[in-house]
Amino acid sequence: MLKQCEGSHAVAEAVALCRPEVICAYPISPQTHIVEGLGEMVKSGDLKDCEFINCESEFAAMSISIGSSAAGARTYTATASQGLLFMVEAVYNASGLGLPIVMTVANRAIGAPINIWNDHTDSMSQRDCGWIQLFAETNQEALDLHIQGFKLAEELSLPVMVCMDGFILTHAYERVDVPSQEQVDAFLPPYEPRQVLDPAEPVSIGAMVGPEAFTEVRYLAHAKQMMALERIPQISAEFKSIFGRESGGLVRPYRLEDADTVVVALGSVLGTIKDTVDEMRAEGIAIGVLGINSFRPFPLDAVRAALKNARRVIVLEKSLAVGIGGIVATNVRMALDGVPARIVTVVAGLGGRAITRASLHRVFRQGLHDQLEPVHFLDLDWNIVNRHLERERETRRSGPIAESILRDIGTVASKIG
Amino acid sequence: MSHQEIKFYQTGTFTVGNRLLEPDQRSVQASMERTNSLNSGHRACQGCGEALGARYAIDAAMRATGNQLIAANATGCLEVFSTPYPETSWQVPWIHSLFGNTAAVATGIAAAMKIKRQKGDRRDVRVIAQGGDGGTTDIGFGCLSGMWERNDDVLYICYDNEAYMNTGVQRSSATPPAARTATTMPVGPEPGNVFGQGKNVPRIAMAHGIPYVATATVADLRDLEYKVTKAMSVRGARYIHIFVPCPLGWGAASHDTVKLARLAKESGLFPVFEAEYGEVTGVSKIRRPVPVEEYLKPQRRYAHLFGKQPHVETIAKIQAIADANIRRYGLLEAGAH
Repeated sequence: MLKQCEGSHAVAEAVALCRPEVICAYPISPQTHIVEGLGEMVKSGDLKDCEFINCESEFAAMSISIGSSAAGARTYTATASQGLLFMVEAVYNASGLGLPIVMTVANRAIGAPINIWNDHTDSMSQRDCGWIQLFAETNQEALDLHIQGFKLAEELSLPVMVCMDGFILTHAYERVDVPSQEQVDAFLPPYEPRQVLDPAEPVSIGAMVGPEAFTEVRYLAHAKQMMALERIPQISAEFKSIFGRESGGLVRPYRLEDADTVVVALGSVLGTIKDTVDEMRAEGIAIGVLGINSFRPFPLDAVRAALKNARRVIVLEKSLAVGIGGIVATNVRMALDGVPARIVTVVAGLGGRAITRASLHRVFRQGLHDQLEPVHFLDLDWNIVNRHLERERETRRSGPIAESILRDIGTVASKIG
Repeated sequence: MSHQEIKFYQTGTFTVGNRLLEPDQRSVQASMERTNSLNSGHRACQGCGEALGARYAIDAAMRATGNQLIAANATGCLEVFSTPYPETSWQVPWIHSLFGNTAAVATGIAAAMKIKRQKGDRRDVRVIAQGGDGGTTDIGFGCLSGMWERNDDVLYICYDNEAYMNTGVQRSSATPPAARTATTMPVGPEPGNVFGQGKNVPRIAMAHGIPYVATATVADLRDLEYKVTKAMSVRGARYIHIFVPCPLGWGAASHDTVKLARLAKESGLFPVFEAEYGEVTGVSKIRRPVPVEEYLKPQRRYAHLFGKQPHVETIAKIQAIADANIRRYGLLEAGAH
């Protein structure tokens, strides 16, 4: 059924259609509308046989999820930003125990300085935590990936993180096709756990493992993610056969035919990038796009196959590995080992800075002419940076960086006292 | 045949005397049908109070629930000594997740069980969470308070040995004043842990208004079994705080575990009581009052108080804590001194 609704609402409907049994909620922007929607559905009785738990922190939300999943309940929660960091110990524990929890991460920047707007730093900080990480490009895909996510998670006994851009997707009203309960039931079978806390058959979950077998347990986690590399495209195809549309998969090539230059990115920014590339193609420029849907497991072979003929690869990413540069770019480089393409990182959209077509035209053209440094910061205001560096040279007590910069640029927030 | 009422202490301790009792009065541990939920063969130290307490508590909970029980366990001694790879001592479904999240994990299990019942599972499976004082009063406190506040259907049991024993006897917020730990060394003018710190978690539990809060010791295991059984007859959040001496951490003889637990109660330092919905409903009276020295002296963690120059003032301050407990809970039998 076609609906005009908020991205968060679309996700809430998708999750409800998956018949979750336990949902944990702790408020953090921009994820709140999702669990608010689910809470209303549980309370109204629209979502039956589901326990909705308001908990005291994200750490508790993930811990409750661990308990309910280990007890055999299909479990869902959502978080973002600081909330994801606050639950990190439990995030690793959920994957280490092999519990198929599905969690939405409404991608948001990490402080300090505190910032509620979108980038990918939160999810990227958890890239090695053992969860599968799927990135949605549109609200429709966010909706679809949750349905696929439960299937993938439960088949492999691994938790799945569905990453969607905070505000840009979560708060955007768009048309989405909400599937019927019959379609979702046909696609997603009831949860049949591999391990479950059951008095009829007592097991100990989470026992200590020493050097004698720790490596093997960790290897099995890796092996499962390698299995996910095979299952993700298959599940995407199964999804298409029931729901009639392309969604998910490992990578999403766009106009790669004869492309000398390829832009690699994740999430909603792919839309703006495709529009820009269309305009450049119209000028006769051989440029294409590779969207990465599955960041963990990272599809090395699929990325390599898609980029093998490219001469230049521009990895545009909404995250920064401080001290080295790009996170996605580092992974792409690994996929392109031995391929002679020049790879550059463009760090963009941090803390919600708009990524405009004009800026993309400029930076892509610089890339085409090999004028980009290895790590380029899109629309970086050098005046602000240099003024602060100068201040630090001049005075020892240069003050808090964020406040000093706000004073420099004269925003309302800087007018304290 | 004439009937003679037997008092438990006539047999010397609170724990034995079963041969003098009718079968239905005997303890869970005395029953051939006990479940051995924490089975033998685990790697606890000799004289471990926590192992003793856990064995009685979980077996009692198993009987109370008709063996329909799941346990969540915090990181700590109990977790480590019971599940060294590739073995487990647990005969109940058991999960260890993290140090600081056990109450929340139990909440999740209880939620899952509730939904399973709604969906037609006819079993009434109950949930226990358990941890040491570090996992309860310190790192797990946020999740514990959250579980209480939501009144989730979980019994949380704290085995309190008054320090982080698993990591090598470091101070916790349950460490008593003057006690030596690896991080409250017996040096300086005021050796050991400082006065005026720590938190009274049973009272904080009561402040949440939950249906049932109790304290117990491994000296009175009948009382412990009774309290666990009672807790399992109640729905909602429940908390039992069990005093469990640690021979290794306290520098005490392994055969003195039960004796020290009794002295802690009889001195008034560890008040044994139960409370419902925030109100104290019963206390275990002191039978033979003892000065705190009698409890402190056998423990090396207090040895610095009893050297060539005894810390008389410090001991008096500890006695004052015991006296305050005795007044607050009315621990003395009328006329007993």
